[in-house]
Amino acid sequence: MRLQYPTDIRIIQVPCTGKVDIIHLLTAFEEGADGVFVAGCLEGDCHFLEGNLHAKKRVQRVKEILDKVGLGVGRLEMYNLSAGMGPRFAEIAREMDQRIRELGPSPIRKAKASLPKAETEMRV
Amino acid sequence: MAPTKDRQTIGGGNGTVGAVMVVGAGIAGVQAALDLANSGFFVYLVERSPAIGGVMAQLDKTFPTNDCSMCILSPKLVECGRHLNIQLLTLAEVQEIHGEVGDFTITVQEYPRYIDMEKCIACGLCAEKCPRSVNDEFNQALNKRKASFVKYPQAVPLKYVIDRDHCIYFKPDKKTGKIGRCRACEKFCPAGAVDFSQEGKTHHVKVGSVILAPGFKTFDPSRAATYHYRQLPNVVTSLEFERILSASGPFEGHLVRPGDRAEPKKIAWLQCVGSRDVKYHSYCSSVCCMYAIKEAVIAKEHAPYDLDCAIFYMDMRTYGKDFERYYLRAQEQGVRFVRSRIHSIDLGQDGDLLLRYMDEDAGLHQETFNMVVLSVGMEVPGDVKSMAATLGLELNPHDFAATHPLTPVATSRPGIFVCGAMAGPKDIPESVMQASAAAAGSGSLLSEARWTRTRTKEVPEPRDVSGEPPRVGVFVCDCGINIASVVSVPEVVEYAKTLPHVVYVQENLFSCSQDTQVQMLKVFEEHQINRVVVAACTPLTHEALFQETMRDSGLNKYLFEMANIRNQDSWVHTQEKEEATDKAKDLVRMAVARATLLKPLVEVPLTINQRALVLGGGVAGMNAALNLADQGFETILVEKEKELGGLARRVHHTIEGLDVQAYLDDLIARVRAHHNIQILTQALLVSFIGYKGNFVTEVLVGPGMYERKIEHGVTVVATGAQEYRPTEFLYGQHPGVLTQLDLGRVMHESPEKAAAWQRVFFVQCVGSRNAENPNCSRICCQGAVKHALELKMLNPEMEVVILYRDMRTYGFLEDYYLEARNQGVLFSRFDPEQSPRVMQDKEGLVLEFQDHVLQLPVRLPADAVVLSAATVAGEHEELASLMKIPRTSEGFFIEAHAKLRPVDFSSEGIFLCGSAHSPKLISESISQALAAAGRAGAFLADTTQTISGITACVEPERCAACLICVRVCPFKVPQINQENVSEINRALCQGCGICASECPAKTIQVSHYEDDQLTAKIKALF
Repeated sequence: MRLQYPTDIRIIQVPCTGKVDIIHLLTAFEEGADGVFVAGCLEGDCHFLEGNLHAKKRVQRVKEILDKVGLGVGRLEMYNLSAGMGPRFAEIAREMDQRIRELGPSPIRKAKASLPKAETEMRV
Repeated sequence: MAPTKDRQTIGGGNGTVGAVMVVGAGIAGVQAALDLANSGFFVYLVERSPAIGGVMAQLDKTFPTNDCSMCILSPKLVECGRHLNIQLLTLAEVQEIHGEVGDFTITVQEYPRYIDMEKCIACGLCAEKCPRSVNDEFNQALNKRKASFVKYPQAVPLKYVIDRDHCIYFKPDKKTGKIGRCRACEKFCPAGAVDFSQEGKTHHVKVGSVILAPGFKTFDPSRAATYHYRQLPNVVTSLEFERILSASGPFEGHLVRPGDRAEPKKIAWLQCVGSRDVKYHSYCSSVCCMYAIKEAVIAKEHAPYDLDCAIFYMDMRTYGKDFERYYLRAQEQGVRFVRSRIHSIDLGQDGDLLLRYMDEDAGLHQETFNMVVLSVGMEVPGDVKSMAATLGLELNPHDFAATHPLTPVATSRPGIFVCGAMAGPKDIPESVMQASAAAAGSGSLLSEARWTRTRTKEVPEPRDVSGEPPRVGVFVCDCGINIASVVSVPEVVEYAKTLPHVVYVQENLFSCSQDTQVQMLKVFEEHQINRVVVAACTPLTHEALFQETMRDSGLNKYLFEMANIRNQDSWVHTQEKEEATDKAKDLVRMAVARATLLKPLVEVPLTINQRALVLGGGVAGMNAALNLADQGFETILVEKEKELGGLARRVHHTIEGLDVQAYLDDLIARVRAHHNIQILTQALLVSFIGYKGNFVTEVLVGPGMYERKIEHGVTVVATGAQEYRPTEFLYGQHPGVLTQLDLGRVMHESPEKAAAWQRVFFVQCVGSRNAENPNCSRICCQGAVKHALELKMLNPEMEVVILYRDMRTYGFLEDYYLEARNQGVLFSRFDPEQSPRVMQDKEGLVLEFQDHVLQLPVRLPADAVVLSAATVAGEHEELASLMKIPRTSEGFFIEAHAKLRPVDFSSEGIFLCGSAHSPKLISESISQALAAAGRAGAFLADTTQTISGITACVEPERCAACLICVRVCPFKVPQINQENVSEINRALCQGCGICASECPAKTIQVSHYEDDQLTAKIKALF
């Protein structure tokens, strides 16, 4: 379909959203991601039966953590769509891109940018 | 190439030869060859042209999924090219055949290529230096190629060929009469591969059976003066238009017209060119409606401006699975559909074309288009006719192979099967289906000789890389221009060289081509690469290919990572070249970061239970069971009703006049008598667990409802469909309103009653093509024609009227439509907005409808009104949820891929056939059943399969036996063992990773997706 979507999204493949761990989501924010979205199968259609339902709970948990540390809940979202829903994927990508642009750069990224370079590299 | 050895060189028992010849290497031939070679037979694949791939390789996109045709075909071609048990014979023709089923000897003439295939490195210098330009047939003569050429960039085998008819060397000198001039290619070939002394070779090949898949050619419209084809340059055929759209075509995918390379603003498609025309071919070519819609939709997508696309047609025949939805979508996207007859095409101004046509009101209209596409039909090429004569085969009146509806892939000569377009015009999925069916037919004939002619490969000992530091090789693909036109590939290559652990980087034009694969193999060895990163299309289609190459060089296939820089980059950011290049660099950096942490994984051999389970005892289920049993597999046939037979029990005759009940009785007797088949009737599936090769199904078997546990290796789903029970048109309220199945019963049980009718109406599309059920039910048009002809036979005076929306008598069914009109059956079209009305008055039934010619309402009494009720899915919710197999919104099961895996489910080891897939005719159900049985049998026969290395593993030291994994696993795999720690059975683990993510001690890791491997990717991003 080759539907166009914003270029600032990078996809990380996992076998199932059931494999998306809290630690992965937090690492992404810690490293400086402005936003993260988890794209899982439609509820009830998980190839592994209920992986997406577990992911949903974890996303919710991480949202709470993000809120507590001051990043807010809006930078993380879970979406459910099937492999046959290309147009929906492009729409979500645009939606998320728009939302993150409104929220601006992540405070963590801004903080990291203001650190002396040597120190930044040490953290990576 | 790894060394090979013959497992056994003599034939099987009783002289049956365990080898098959497949003639024709388009998609049908390729599929048949792969199915057979994977299930224990040696295959000779004979192709007339210099490369395999057929017409599918020429197509731009395929309907109804709009997949890139070459992208989905190419992996299959490569698999064929590299398969140990397929021998390609290109530039070859069958000349003679002797012997009989089980033991044929076939003479094949192989024509000289004048290029040594062993030496050619496909560098293309010969073509570059060749001074002779000729029309490129692959691009439909829209551009030029050289006399030394390769058929297309991804050709298999990727070897050049010298075209003797045009090469200067072979043209005698005018003065001396001698040949041998030019020789530029020979001089410049760096490999010394050009060999003008090559002569043809004659092969005498022994095989047990033959599958014919020679394909079709398109109708030549210059035979019909109306179209001015070849005189008006902007009148093109649909196949030419495919090449125009194709990125690898003559205009690199720019939508321009051939006459002046101007961008067309208005394009017209004319349907039925050479088809449904008694002057040329009276049959319908079955595929043109769909491909015209597809071309119109794709053209609109291609054009960076508002393109006007209009399709001029007689009946829109979108009868296949989900085709009607595609048609509706095209209308939403603004494609115009004009029901009309073409009067003439004339040259307008500036190369434009003036189209005159008559619409339904018989009004003559005219409209100017920039370009006209002729939707040319399919016909049998002359050389196929002569081959059929050589092989002693009967042809039907249209020159296609004569087949019997109940044995749809068998020719008139035992042991010779046919599939694809030679057995009648058809689309890709049906060709693939028939190919698998023909392979199943061969497989059951030759089952005793399985594995007697095959060769096995000695895979090199896997290299132990555990002690080595990571040495990453990065291969960045241009994908022709798919990637390179957006992403700056050289920039990505330079960037990759700077990444840690990267020791080698190269750019490939087509990474998936066979010669690149061979070259990559050398690179792995030369540079001692132990991690491979390919930045290219998508792992979905190509990961397995690259992993196979790694295996050939002794590298564990899990040491591979792909950066998706086409589907997730160049294709979706076409206008943002710089950003796309940056993204490609990021993706490569992330892939390299993960690759350095990847570990080799061992794949455990899969044990495969050799028993098959078939669900559904209708025509499809019984045929599948019978074929599996004939292939030598114990088969259990489960039917929920008391009796076998399914929906066909209510059908009396096929349109060809065959007695369905007699066929069914014979089929049931054969199934009952087969020593390999066990039948369970009144059986209800209550549980389905396990995985490919090792399923356990529980059924309750009536009438006592005792429980039966079945262990089996494969499952075939053939649970059928049902006739819609209309709620409209007074159905169930007036005895004169019948469905087609009801009518069949009346004509069978009391023909005298039917014979007394004076006037009968058929109403088409009842319960189909509406808001609730948007799809077409495919079989009702031919059903109405069949019954109309039967009624006319009972009483020639009877007035029979068929009220229809589009008559969809595709393929040879068109003959019967024509016959019905000749017999005086009346056809009247209606629009869904002006649907006919059935009423009841004192006299009886009355039908009111709008006559589309008179444009006036007509009201007539009727003795019977026959509703062509839809074929709707069976009640399969529970079955689908037990088996975890997907269904469409209408309830039909969804196959793994609409085009190339039409009888597989995406869950391996489960197969699909019959009307549970979508509505279809008995003959089509039989084809599909054979195909499913063929695929299932091939799965059972391939005992070399392994289970994935991607599973969850517990590190017992840190396990606190908290039971979280036990609770969260949807497959109930983890168990607390005697050491009081969690244990996960690798054979049962599905590798989803839910347990790993939930484990509070983080002591479960999913191999290949370990936490540090994923985190490395995330960290590499920033």
